[in-house]
Amino acid sequence: MSVRTLPLLFLNLGGEMLYVLDQRLRAQNIPGDKARKDEWTEVDRKRVLNDIISTMFNRKFMEELFKPQELYSKKALRTVYDRLAHASIMRLNQASMDKLYDLMTMAFKYQVLLCPRPKDVLLVTFNHLDSIKGFIQDSPTILHQVDETFRQLTEIYGNLSAGEFQMIRQTLLIFFQDLHIRVSTFLKDKVQNSNGRFVLPVSGPVPWGTEVPGVIRIFNDKGEEVKKTGFKHGGNYVAAQKEGAFELYGDRVLKLGTNMYSANRPVETHMSATSKNLASKTQENIAPNPLAKEELNFLARLMGGMEIKKTSGPEPGFRLNLFTTDEEEEHAALSRPEELSYEVINIQATQDQQRNEELARIMGEFEITEQPEITEQSTSKGDDLLAMMDRL
Amino acid sequence: MWRRSLGRERMYRRERSIPLRGSAAALSNNLSVLQLPASDLMHFGVVHGPSAQILSSAPGGMPLAQRQLQVKVGVGVSPPLITQVHWCVLPFRVLLVLTSHRRIQMYESDGSLMVYWHALDSGDASSAQTLFARGIAASVHFICVGTWSGRILVFDIPAKGTNIVLNEELAGHQTPITDIATERAQGQDGVADMVTADDSGVLCVWRSGTVFTLLTRIPGFGVPCPSVQLWQGMVAAGYGNGQVRLYDATTGALHVQISAHARTICALDLAPEVGKLLSAAEDTFVHIWKLSRNPESGSIEVEHCHGECVSDTQLCGARFCDPSGCSFAVTGYDLAEILRFSSV
Repeated sequence: MSVRTLPLLFLNLGGEMLYVLDQRLRAQNIPGDKARKDEWTEVDRKRVLNDIISTMFNRKFMEELFKPQELYSKKALRTVYDRLAHASIMRLNQASMDKLYDLMTMAFKYQVLLCPRPKDVLLVTFNHLDSIKGFIQDSPTILHQVDETFRQLTEIYGNLSAGEFQMIRQTLLIFFQDLHIRVSTFLKDKVQNSNGRFVLPVSGPVPWGTEVPGVIRIFNDKGEEVKKTGFKHGGNYVAAQKEGAFELYGDRVLKLGTNMYSANRPVETHMSATSKNLASKTQENIAPNPLAKEELNFLARLMGGMEIKKTSGPEPGFRLNLFTTDEEEEHAALSRPEELSYEVINIQATQDQQRNEELARIMGEFEITEQPEITEQSTSKGDDLLAMMDRL
Repeated sequence: MWRRSLGRERMYRRERSIPLRGSAAALSNNLSVLQLPASDLMHFGVVHGPSAQILSSAPGGMPLAQRQLQVKVGVGVSPPLITQVHWCVLPFRVLLVLTSHRRIQMYESDGSLMVYWHALDSGDASSAQTLFARGIAASVHFICVGTWSGRILVFDIPAKGTNIVLNEELAGHQTPITDIATERAQGQDGVADMVTADDSGVLCVWRSGTVFTLLTRIPGFGVPCPSVQLWQGMVAAGYGNGQVRLYDATTGALHVQISAHARTICALDLAPEVGKLLSAAEDTFVHIWKLSRNPESGSIEVEHCHGECVSDTQLCGARFCDPSGCSFAVTGYDLAEILRFSSV
């Protein structure tokens, strides 16, 4: 509904992706001097994050992103993140990529739902950006890119009305409708119920600009308050203390959008969506065309702006596993419920030949050269985006 | 999911829910109810996203028939998002109106046959605006529909047939319309009062006849007004900061201000026979209020009757199911059922 939603969606999902990757890379971290050739080190971790972040905040890409446009399907957006996740030496199998996307989407859905005011989604975005800047403290060029995006966000969203933010919120919630994947961190923290629905607390501070419910004020003809009574509202709310800062630096107050993962908390998802209702199917299946023409155009434009760094020289592509073991990852791939399949886009099957060729050309430019001399374990299962797309 | 009743006595109890094919979308005013006096059947309308579901149920809540409606704009193009679905009760017929991005569609009351559609005019829209219609109400033999630009389209509806004509476009708002409510003018036939609300919280009160006249304009205060109702010369408005305000429709004066909810209000409804007001919000609460006029001073008074918490559910629609407010129904975001309550 709002054509200003995509940048917020993209940046926040991107932020969550970086949190998960950072946590997994740290968990698999081996001290530099002890690491074997195919194991992750601190240097590798920083490099992966640097590569992804600099791709995400690339100026040309951001330009495309910030153009007023409608939100596209989850499928189309997923393609962009697949590309982004592979913007470095890291490789993810389909199952790990699926899990990563599940975590990203459920986290941001949670944050949007719990935003006190619709405008607070901007504070959530700033929280993500603040953390992203923390990952790349040593790289002034990329830091500058992120600050530039910050400035753009302020320019576009700084003066939007409450009504426009409400519309953005509704657009985001429609995008996340019917997603009920259970995330173990959320379940443990009791922010998500066992049926996959988020807990909506009825206590705590009210949003900035809202009064604590329970008061009825009566006015006379002259507009003077003549009577004040109370009623039992039922919640346990208190007044808001202060408003979060919308400047480049400042206390955001809101915790939503900050990094909830730490090295000690493995992130698992449970793969049971509420299969009772057909809702998750009806929304995606109404348009039988797997990828509408406008979505192809969107992808071509967006990825055309993505400048993926080509790895120079024979360097290994390291595989990252979001599960605890390889067997678990394989099992997850086989047992993923059908209604949760992201149905990675099959470009070849589309009718639009011209668009298809152009997109394939752009993809071709980004193809990371395979390194055949690397041991089978590290890269054999590492599919790059084109290969994924060629698979039916 | 459990719910708590508030107040000294339990006034309403939970009835059997009605299952939906698709969950309700996070929109405002996302529930429409039609009860035809001739039959016992109740009709419900809920927007899922690119489709809306119309269903009928027996008194006990047993679902009987259901239908899904969409807006088809072309081959290979995904159907646009629907913003609202609402029944318009006119003197000689009942029409079901569906508003969406780009279009307004009108059907016979059971949704079986489309009798009219209207494509929204882009006018002077900039690229940063989406075209949509939102806000539906019947006024005598007109159907009024709000648009993204703030303009209100007035359609003239014949007693039968498909010869529906766009009669007038009302200017009075500069931001997207959120909701419209109407009430037959007291003691006058063929005349109705109408209140329109928008995203910036501005309210306009109109008198309809063959021509619509703007009576009063109530300024906003920087917060959207997603839902509005009109009863006996009182305007009830629900706002994005959880407030419910009651104004006098003739003078526009603010009489009552209630800090009713902790999040934006998503729906208001009225039981006209008794003057009960229902407010539902994204804070998971539903509240019922009793409106009245002080016979001496003429000022509006309000009393809180009942509150209900629908745990962990961001509500998006609420309606009384009968004119005396003995029962009501609510919908919630991501919820694939209509929850019903009736008084004990």
